[in-house]
Amino acid sequence: MADLINLTIDGKAIQVPAGTLVIDAAKKVGIEIPAFCYYEGLSLQAACRMCLVEVEKAPKLLAACTLPVAEGMVVHTDSPAVQKARKYTLEFLLTNHPLDCPVCDKGGECELQDMVFRYGAGESRFTEVKQHVDEKQWSPIVFYDAPRCILCYRCVRICNEGMGVGALGITNRGVTAEITPSHGDHLECDECGMCIDICPVGALTSGTYRYKTRPWEMQHVGTICTHCSNGCKTTLGVRNNQIVRANNRDRSGINGEFLCIKGRYAFDFNNHPDRLQSPLMRVGSQFEPISWAQALEIVSKKFQEVRERNGKFGIIGSNHTTNEENYYLQKFARQGLGTNNIDHRRTGDVVSLIDALSGASGKLAQFSDLYSTKAALVISSDLSQQHPLLAFQLRANYRHHQMKMYAVTPGPVREDKYAARSIRVEPGGELQAVESLRDELKANGELLVIFGDAIKGEGVRKLVSFGESLGIPVKYLALVDYSNSRGALDMGMVPELLPGYRPASENGLEPGLNMNEMLAAPDLDVLWVVGENPLENRAPASDRTFIVVQDMFLTETAQYASIVLPSASAYEKTGTVTNVTGEVQRLKRGPKTMGAKPDLEIFGLIAKGMGLNLGTWTPDAVFEEIRQTVRGYNVPLPVIATGGAAQTAPVNGRVPVQVRPELIRSAGDTLYTSGSLGRYSKTLSAVVEAPGALYKP
Amino acid sequence: MTFSPKLEEKFAALLTHYPEGRQRAALIPMLLYAQDEVGAITPELVEEVAKRCGVTPLQVDEVVGYYSMLHRKPLGKYHIQVCTNISCMLVGGEELFEHACKKLGIGHKQVTPDGLFSLEEVECMGACSWAPAIQIGYEFHHKVTPEKLDELIEALRKIQ
Amino acid sequence: MLYNEPSPLEVRVLTRRFGLPNSASIDTYLATDGYKALEKAFDMTPDEIIEEVKTSNLRGRGGAGFPTGMKWGFVPRNSPKPKYIVVNGDESEPGTCKDRLLIENDPHQLIEGVLIAALAVGASRGWIYIRGEYRYLIEIMDKAIAEAYARGYLGKNILGRGFDFDLHTHTGAGAYECGEESALLESLEGKRGVPRIRPPFPAVSGAFQCPTILNNVETFSAVPAIIRDGGAAFAALGTPKNGGTRLFCLSGHVNKPGVYELPMGFNLLRMINEVGGGVRGGRALKAVIPGGSSCPILKAEECDLPMDYDSLAKAKSMLGSGGVIVMDETTDMVKAALRIMKFYQHESCGWCIPCREGTTWLKKLLTRMDEGRGSSNDIDLIADLAKNMLGRTFCPLGDAAAMPTISIVEKFREEFEAKLAASRTQSKFVVV
Ligand SMILES: Cc1cc2nc3c(=O)[nH]c(=O)nc-3n(C[C@H](O)[C@H](O)[C@H](O)COP(=O)(O)O)c2cc1C
Ligand code: SF4
Ligand code: FES
Repeated sequence: MADLINLTIDGKAIQVPAGTLVIDAAKKVGIEIPAFCYYEGLSLQAACRMCLVEVEKAPKLLAACTLPVAEGMVVHTDSPAVQKARKYTLEFLLTNHPLDCPVCDKGGECELQDMVFRYGAGESRFTEVKQHVDEKQWSPIVFYDAPRCILCYRCVRICNEGMGVGALGITNRGVTAEITPSHGDHLECDECGMCIDICPVGALTSGTYRYKTRPWEMQHVGTICTHCSNGCKTTLGVRNNQIVRANNRDRSGINGEFLCIKGRYAFDFNNHPDRLQSPLMRVGSQFEPISWAQALEIVSKKFQEVRERNGKFGIIGSNHTTNEENYYLQKFARQGLGTNNIDHRRTGDVVSLIDALSGASGKLAQFSDLYSTKAALVISSDLSQQHPLLAFQLRANYRHHQMKMYAVTPGPVREDKYAARSIRVEPGGELQAVESLRDELKANGELLVIFGDAIKGEGVRKLVSFGESLGIPVKYLALVDYSNSRGALDMGMVPELLPGYRPASENGLEPGLNMNEMLAAPDLDVLWVVGENPLENRAPASDRTFIVVQDMFLTETAQYASIVLPSASAYEKTGTVTNVTGEVQRLKRGPKTMGAKPDLEIFGLIAKGMGLNLGTWTPDAVFEEIRQTVRGYNVPLPVIATGGAAQTAPVNGRVPVQVRPELIRSAGDTLYTSGSLGRYSKTLSAVVEAPGALYKP
Repeated sequence: MTFSPKLEEKFAALLTHYPEGRQRAALIPMLLYAQDEVGAITPELVEEVAKRCGVTPLQVDEVVGYYSMLHRKPLGKYHIQVCTNISCMLVGGEELFEHACKKLGIGHKQVTPDGLFSLEEVECMGACSWAPAIQIGYEFHHKVTPEKLDELIEALRKIQ
Repeated sequence: MLYNEPSPLEVRVLTRRFGLPNSASIDTYLATDGYKALEKAFDMTPDEIIEEVKTSNLRGRGGAGFPTGMKWGFVPRNSPKPKYIVVNGDESEPGTCKDRLLIENDPHQLIEGVLIAALAVGASRGWIYIRGEYRYLIEIMDKAIAEAYARGYLGKNILGRGFDFDLHTHTGAGAYECGEESALLESLEGKRGVPRIRPPFPAVSGAFQCPTILNNVETFSAVPAIIRDGGAAFAALGTPKNGGTRLFCLSGHVNKPGVYELPMGFNLLRMINEVGGGVRGGRALKAVIPGGSSCPILKAEECDLPMDYDSLAKAKSMLGSGGVIVMDETTDMVKAALRIMKFYQHESCGWCIPCREGTTWLKKLLTRMDEGRGSSNDIDLIADLAKNMLGRTFCPLGDAAAMPTISIVEKFREEFEAKLAASRTQSKFVVV
């Protein structure tokens, strides 16, 4: 613990660690010092001068944002001199500001408005002609209106420091200074929109939200992004049952202000005109819309009939559906249909990792480790493309604590920019490369090993034994692709495992078929596909199979279906998902698409139609059952209920099953793709067409 | 992009003038010297200098936008800079600038149609005690009167 | 080359070689005690060198007048980082043109000063930052540096004393703000000339984030004389706490404008009348800006004072960079205020709000004033805005813009009023 320093702020005596900035010290005792350019976590600027405070014995006002506390310091944050300085700064700032609040997207959530409201300069003595520059569009997403810009450089810093992209800069000087994009008149970047949301005013606006609505006309729904496994909190702005925007401006959730392009803009698949809004039944080579009642009856009857004659079911679940849905679906399969033939697309070898670590505890990396570890080793993943939040967090760790990064990857990655060492390897050469880093890694005294799908099965065991031989604390993270990939495994949505990584042999049923085997089986009676597209590139093995597909869109798989049931998206559901680092978070329902139902409800209705008793199918009830029965999931409810992330307890038991490494394959999504969801996002397609994405994996 | 052998030699030397790994430091000298040879900071030059100094073109653009001696458009063959700052102003700098405008038929930061002359009203150039002063290219001329300016311009026209 | 006749009143210490044939060449330099001080310094400890500089009462000639010896003492000599020397030859403060002469006429004196500083703190490398407009000086300096390398005064094992030091020139490209030390360091590193947050000061983290001595050309040029003849002798030339001589740049309405080396504490009126040959055309003196355009203006009646840092501070102005700008009774003070503001507005880097917007607003207001449009309230507004920039900006450029403005408005308010009144009477319309 650092030394404590005593100081007085506005008459309150406080004690803070040495090195604390006065602006942060004040915040600790509830005193807000206004600031535009200061932004926690980013480099210091002291440019806006809004944070000037009076320090006794100092000859002039000092910027609290760059002023470290000192013993005995006496600070006044609201003295007449300070009030006057703020008012003048705002008056100066408004001289060249267009004051077009009525038509500005930021109106209502603009920090400049708030400041003027609080600190004055409501009247201006400025009667001269203002500086004008036309607005510019830099990309499908980013628009820049220079006159509104107050030059706080938050956008430049978040792009460079936070994202590691550096696509924004400053050009010209003095009053003509303005923000400038990477390629003269246009941006080539991640299109993450961080710059837009971090902008305190309406200088940067997004092509997806401009002039659509006023902030107070929306309902704000905090939920979890559905696009990748990192589990970012995102606040949906919902108006007329449509998502109008998504952001995380309140910095809540594990991701703080972070969201990538998918989290921020690729919600638009939800409003896509191709969304299914009615169940469909195959009639010859055509589909005909039918009612839910009819569809459910056909499906229940068929399932009932096949079960009664001991026919063969194959069930393929999703890694986008909730824990409750996954749990319920595997229960449906095992208890309701009497089969272990259940699987989903496996994208990372979590199972081998848990098994290799059996007996030890606290070895599975948690999200917070990314920011605190002294060193990170990333193997075979283009982290900034595939796990943007993890990459963001590691970068922050490097910036704030000089974490050492080691990248062992087949191609160049963004982590190279700050890596202590980057090694390029051919597939298969990873472990050898890692071995060559032994001494360096050891010297850091602590390590976080992050690996992609190239390391699986035996590879995971070898990696773990390498790590354990270093003699320093090592934690591991097996990367998986989608928003609930981890939860799907935890919930036993594989033939060989029950929820909580218990061997399926315990339930007395025959060993189940995996996904490939199901798809290849010529004698399958029913194939039930939930939110997955296994027939994207192949036809069903038999045209006798009765195929039921639950999906939002008429995917390739759905086109083979006998019955298609329209499902709700993750943004339209309640329930929980578990991210790549094992944090459970809650989805909150935002909009609603007419005609679609959450998958859990569909399962429940089919079960009811079949006369099965699988328990209540409301998300809360199912989650309670999960808490009671699934190892590691007995998490505190209030944390989840209030939008927090609860760590599932890492399992440390043996998992004696065949993991079938050949089935494990990452989809290799990039920043601009997201399986079939991505295909239905206009924003993502627009950006892919834009020239030169930054890094191509 | 290649430069004259002499300039290449200069660049090579420049890069050794700064601590290891800090070659970005050569950026501003390189831009200025290259501009003298190329005539302006073209997008191509930005890319080239970025490559040589190990920075992004954006980082070069930021710098180009900041410094007033770096120009994105070509200047005249003879760039006439008239100081009108306080010391020069007191002894006729502003009148001299106006005279130059009339004489050349162009204004601040403009180029004559034949590309021979460009004109710029500049800030203090460090000739205050010998004011009013002008620079033609990098060459100083002190205590310049309108008549002297005319002579200088005519002499340059004759060289043509 | 010399651009003006020397004055018999000058005390030539730094300018002693000015006017000698080939004064910039190393041969001339060596023939006139050149590099003797360096040899002497080699026999001194770093502490002794710094002590000598402290004794000399040398204060920074770049503008702020910070005691040089003390500044050198701040460099953490046992830091494991390399130490650097940076020479500030940006010389852009309006009214200032002395560093130019020092480099042009005696570049080796500067090199020797730098070398002594390097010895004092154990520096290994140095750069002379010269404004881009001074291209010919860069050539002169480069030539001198090459000579010094050739004769073993730079490079490896200097004078066989086991000391290595490399020195190079570095060009600016047109930005007054790059004279501010931290902006200069940014510029040296190939960036926009935006100042840095301080602390840390350059002595602790300067060029390339290493401990750095950064001084003005004239400051370094004074060092060889201090070591050669002793700090006490140098101090004795000036007034208490203001050691030595100074190169004053007389400009404006005097008969013999020019750069003159005079002892610290030389009387301003004498400087104008006896060195500068009096006010042009026998007119009356109206005002003087005593140290470059950032300094508060002095009215004629305030000018009978010794030119040293402390006396000027007492007169609520500054000695600054030594640019003495003389204005006679015909001077239009509104125009002068406008021209000065125009400069700072043009040079504001734009980093902080009060400077960026304040200078712009003030320029617009002053332009209006100069055109006779406006009211008395606007005069108050000008003073008020300038006062509210003062001390609130990120670097002292904001202050540099505010100080002359405030002083001109306060001391010559009647001229502003007169301009407004004149335009009112000229106007065809009567404003009721
Ligand atoms: C806006 C601004 C411009 C400056 N310009 C110069 C300059 O052109 N030359 C200079 O030597 N110092 C200049 N200075 C002062 C430097 O910041 C610094 O104090 C000085 O170079 C230190 O050297 P000294 O101690 O020898 O004076 C300037 C300061 C400010 C705030
Ligand atoms: S006062 Fe502010 S805007 Fe002005 S030059 Fe300094 S940092 Fe830049
Ligand atoms: S927050 Fe301190 S200057 Fe901007």
